[in-house]
Amino acid sequence: MLYSEVVMDHFMNPRNVGTIDDADAVGEVGNAKCGDIMRIYLKINNDVIEDVKFETFGCGSAIASSSMATEMIKGKPLSDALSLTNKAVTEALDGLPTHKIHCSVLAEGAIKAAVKDYYDKNGVKYDTKIFKDIDHEHNH
Amino acid sequence: MKVYADNAATTKMSKTAVSAMLPYMENIFGNPSSLYSIGQEAAEGVYNARLSIADDLGCSPKEIYFTSGGSEADNQAIRSAAEIGAKRNKRHIVSTAFEHHAVLHTLKKLEKEGFEVTLLDVHENGLVTPEQVEQAIRPDTCLVTIMYANNEIGTVQPIKEIGAVCREKKVTFHTDAVQAVGHLPVNVVDDNIDMLSLSAHKFHGPKGVGVLYVRKGVYLSNLIEGGAQERGKRAGTENVPGIVGAAAALKESVNNLSESTAKLVKLRDRLIDGLLEIPHSVLNGDRESRLPGNVNICFEGIEGESLLLLLDAKGISASSGSACTSGSLDPSHVLLAIGRPHEIAHGSLRLSICSENTEEEIEYIISEVPKVVSYLRNMSPVWRDLQEGKKSYVIQ
Repeated sequence: MLYSEVVMDHFMNPRNVGTIDDADAVGEVGNAKCGDIMRIYLKINNDVIEDVKFETFGCGSAIASSSMATEMIKGKPLSDALSLTNKAVTEALDGLPTHKIHCSVLAEGAIKAAVKDYYDKNGVKYDTKIFKDIDHEHNH
Repeated sequence: MKVYADNAATTKMSKTAVSAMLPYMENIFGNPSSLYSIGQEAAEGVYNARLSIADDLGCSPKEIYFTSGGSEADNQAIRSAAEIGAKRNKRHIVSTAFEHHAVLHTLKKLEKEGFEVTLLDVHENGLVTPEQVEQAIRPDTCLVTIMYANNEIGTVQPIKEIGAVCREKKVTFHTDAVQAVGHLPVNVVDDNIDMLSLSAHKFHGPKGVGVLYVRKGVYLSNLIEGGAQERGKRAGTENVPGIVGAAAALKESVNNLSESTAKLVKLRDRLIDGLLEIPHSVLNGDRESRLPGNVNICFEGIEGESLLLLLDAKGISASSGSACTSGSLDPSHVLLAIGRPHEIAHGSLRLSICSENTEEEIEYIISEVPKVVSYLRNMSPVWRDLQEGKKSYVIQ
């Protein structure tokens, strides 16, 4: 099989799909031209992620990566979300095929983009280096 | 329900082909080059297969060369024409933008070796015209290679007319007929073809067997050096069971052609009409000049690989031109060649049916695909933006 059982489970039964109407932050990465876009919605209270939803246009591993990444940050402080790596997402999914690793990179980027949006909206000062890897244009 | 709808990828072997092959795997295992009777019986099997295939294509058995498949046949045909072309100082080749990679990658390599390649536009309907070919031919053109029918969108090219142009201009004409033979009436003489490639597993024969037809008098060189098999043009002990199976499968397909075409066209048209009911969907490739079993549709706002995985969960086997299914970063070069933008090409679905498919299976596909498409659209940020008017639909 192309995908692990965990990937197939998160693809067939994705967690946290949808939108949050009164989201405190929204992050988007990817490009329809390349075949994948991820959008993450966050509800934040006292620097804790109370709720998270995602919308993804993409392949099975893109949907599974979004699902897993949102599970990993739900209920966690923003600092945890910021330290989430694509490697951690890939490991939690029990691995991804080599040519699909970029899906986990997108998931990490979408979460960081959402946190950045929150900081920008609320005037929180931050070191810009934290967000230098966000791949808005997703040039592979 | 289990529905296999990816017959353009490969087909299930026919019972006729399997039973024709079995004796050559069990008892008649000899090497056709051997003198003793078990070898000569194997040689007779190959001989009869050659006669049978020649009869189906309308050529002489001496014009048939067995290969390991369609890709090898394409490589050998193009390489041969290029070799003789170079000797005559003719280094220009005419082809199309949506050929199979067996052709396109061979041409790419020839470009690096100093050849010039003109890839003709295939238009939004996926068809080239004989006039385009006529205009593209130059005094230094050594080969025109144009596929008979496209493997992704099923469009059938005006091969006979293109062949006539090439004949008049005295340029060798090769056609990759991998998707056509066994599915359309193909006759190399009527169609003015100099070289033709076919592959047995596309018409319910075995994998690993191809045929290159080369008209008498047309130059052919070999890719594989070694023994004197295939009159010195393709070394290596013959795949005897495969060759016998290929001939049996082709004979059966040709004999049933008019009956199966009538059935398939009806199923195909029902499938196209049923799926185009889905909003913002479009058929890829000309509706009329089309293989009897091919359906290829783009759905806006979704990606093809996730579509295939969900259809597989429902028992439907199909394929897509999305980047994620091709293993590359770009979506299908065929869909790009007919002008579909990248984001639309990612959302394509190819269903290729054969005469074993039933009306019930077609109705099942028509009932399941819309559910999967709308499920994926509901989680797609692209679809949301389209619905909310933040972007405009490409497919109306």
